Amino acid sequence: MKFSFSSLSHALALGLTLITAPLASHAQTAAVTPSAEGIVVYNAQHVSLTKEWVAGFTAQTGIKVTLRNGSDTELGNQIVQEGAASPADVFLTENSPSMALVDGANLFAPLDAATLASVPANFRPANGRWIGIAARSTVFVYNKSKLLKSQLPKSILDLAQPQWKGRWAASPAGADFQAIVSAMLELKGEAATLAWLKAMKENAVAYKGNGVVLKAVNAGQIDGGVIYHYYRAGDQAKTGENSNNTETHYFRNQDPGAFMSISGGGVLASSKHKAEAQAFVAWIAGKAGQDILKTGDSYEYAVGVGAASHRSLVPIAELQIPAVEPGKLNSRKVSELMLQAGLL
Amino acid sequence: MSANRLALLNWPRPRAGRSLKSHAPVGNWLGSAALVVALLSLVPLCFVLWVAYQTGWATASALIFRPRVGELLLNTAWLLALTVPICIALALALAWLTERSDLPGARIWSWLAVAPLAVPAFVHSYAWMTVTPGLHGLFGGVMVATIAYFPFLYLPLSAALRRLDPAMEDAAASMGLNPWAVFFRVVMPQLRLALCGGSLLIGLHLLAEYGLFVMMRFDTFTTAIVDQFQSSYNGPAANMLSGVLMLCCFVLLALESRARGKARYARVGTGAARLQQRVALGRATWFVMLLPALTTALALGVPLLTLGRWLIAGGAEVWRWDEVGSAVWQTLALGAAGAVLTAVAAIPVSWLSVRAPGRRARWLESSAYLVGALPGVVIALAMVTVTVRVALPLYQTVVTVLLAYMLMFLPRAIISLRTGIAQAPVELEQAARSLGRSPAQALWHVTMRLAAPSAAAGIALVGLGITTELTATLMLAPNGTRTLATAFWSYTSEIDYASAAPYALTMVLLSLPMTWLLYIQSKKTAGR
Repeated sequence: MKFSFSSLSHALALGLTLITAPLASHAQTAAVTPSAEGIVVYNAQHVSLTKEWVAGFTAQTGIKVTLRNGSDTELGNQIVQEGAASPADVFLTENSPSMALVDGANLFAPLDAATLASVPANFRPANGRWIGIAARSTVFVYNKSKLLKSQLPKSILDLAQPQWKGRWAASPAGADFQAIVSAMLELKGEAATLAWLKAMKENAVAYKGNGVVLKAVNAGQIDGGVIYHYYRAGDQAKTGENSNNTETHYFRNQDPGAFMSISGGGVLASSKHKAEAQAFVAWIAGKAGQDILKTGDSYEYAVGVGAASHRSLVPIAELQIPAVEPGKLNSRKVSELMLQAGLL
Repeated sequence: MSANRLALLNWPRPRAGRSLKSHAPVGNWLGSAALVVALLSLVPLCFVLWVAYQTGWATASALIFRPRVGELLLNTAWLLALTVPICIALALALAWLTERSDLPGARIWSWLAVAPLAVPAFVHSYAWMTVTPGLHGLFGGVMVATIAYFPFLYLPLSAALRRLDPAMEDAAASMGLNPWAVFFRVVMPQLRLALCGGSLLIGLHLLAEYGLFVMMRFDTFTTAIVDQFQSSYNGPAANMLSGVLMLCCFVLLALESRARGKARYARVGTGAARLQQRVALGRATWFVMLLPALTTALALGVPLLTLGRWLIAGGAEVWRWDEVGSAVWQTLALGAAGAVLTAVAAIPVSWLSVRAPGRRARWLESSAYLVGALPGVVIALAMVTVTVRVALPLYQTVVTVLLAYMLMFLPRAIISLRTGIAQAPVELEQAARSLGRSPAQALWHVTMRLAAPSAAAGIALVGLGITTELTATLMLAPNGTRTLATAFWSYTSEIDYASAAPYALTMVLLSLPMTWLLYIQSKKTAGR
């Protein structure tokens, strides 16, 4: 009885949101009158992708958007330090740990129900204070002439073994990599993660930036590297100059290395332009924003309900990603562990 | 009137007290202004100490005495130990060739030896990354840093070589020393000031440089601090690293001041030194010319060819004029405002150090030098934390960025301005006052007008610094700021080298006239 009642109410709620969502989002974008100053977005997403979003949004709503670009953890910590005085209205990241950081400091305003309904539940935290806006899959990119398929690591944890010494690369100072570590922390626990990081300090070559890792792998300076999928996809779509000698290896099997990192968007509780800020996040998570991922040159996965990703990408369903609650990823702890391992 | 006469009698080396009295109203007013500037300069310094204190010894020592810091120290030490001597050897050889030998085209070679300064260090490494993608680590860092920074030694060395009185060398030769002995025992000691000054400048640049070493994948304290900043905004770890970096700077300053010594290098007696005879290179000429030719090819050819290559590869598309134009405009606006602010802030200190030298002036001046020696990253980190905690209205505003620029580049402005003020006779200022001008008016209308050319040089030097400044701008700039340097940096981080090229080219073009000015100045100090 209870079961059926709750599922009935769920079904009702879902039905209601599905009916009202398009109306609400339409009403919202139409209702918000643009202010003279517009909104400030702290942007840790790739600048080129965010610029496409902003251009589309401003063209449709007339709302001005000012960007402050930085990295995930930098901007996340910055918002926490600024607290209620933050000039930011919206925060966009590449990865979710920084969203969790800001959320942990209680600085996000709840998102509109209609906005939440535009993204499936596994791509946003349960508390509804921020939302997934895109996603990226961890991959092991390798040089085809240096590694055979049979020599590839089965799990990302294998890279801690001595035979990988000096043979793989990553960009440990970047938030991208730290998100992968936070997933490992969530899946395997603190001791295992620290041990892996210490082995990484021994084994890995540190580069600055995923693109640089890809370039080095392509040039044969190193056998392989842990990065996200779309660096290679993007380069392949252009000239292939930095990736033609490489191939992508997906870890799959719910391995920590199969982790899919969610880019997040949220509205700051301290925002003085909440309606405009909500409209921006709703637009990105909605059809128009997600369509830019399908057609643009960012090659990140779309996460909207029913939204399709770029056709050159391996579908999400085939990636066997591990289940990680995005709201639980802990960037502070990761920084600490990396500090302990001597990587920072 | 009598006070004026006393000051006149005392000129050119007035005693501090009396001359201050003679300028009492201006002196007091400027003195307080100088004090304000000095106190502002000390903010980052006190800040780092304060954070260390707040963090507590246990945490601070855990953050400082860890293997990673040891690694960074070792990296930094190697970098300095290799780059500085190589720069000395290269600059000395070039300076001797262009000043003391009959090398054909010496004037052109000497300009070409200064010109690499117009190419920002991180543009040099961008060029090298393109030519030899494998170049990295200590070797890559040393090589590119040498190419980018040797002119800092070439400038003072060539000026000093030109000024030397050949009589001493003649005397030594007449006592039977061979030419090599003459060079090492007579010439080299006289180059000591230039060597020490130039080496210190290069050393400080090595400690502060960010973009170059990131691209060369070589970790120094500065790159590690930025990494920390990006991982935790302004956590204690970043601040402790900047404390260690600050110490490194002080060690360099102390080393330089010891090496400089107290010896006098001025020519004794009256008359003028005769012109130097240039050494005939003879048959070695063409072989020797390989050195300046090769240096020019590496230091100018590689960046220009690379820029050309990327510009052609990118085609007309990379010139997104709305973006490039707005970056140029923002860079110019920040550069001009920062340079003028810095020059104005330098007036009180420079005036005091010329007109009322003494312990107080020396103290005020050295606090500006001390902070100017700190890397931008340390100053920026301090400004971020100070403004976010105690001066929130200033947080992320242009004011904070300009203040940071002022602290970083104050020494450049002081040095230029001081020369200018010293060349403006105090008598004129006093005459203006006896004719009824107020002290402030007299200072402004007479002395500052006479010092205007050197003030302009100072402004240009500071502007040059701001145009290519990266770290502080990245960390402090207001929302929406995009200078040439930060735009260049964001494109190279996405390895979009073609889109980055227009920004690099624009930076070089903006820097060229200022580099030319530096070159002219160095000729002037040598009396030609």
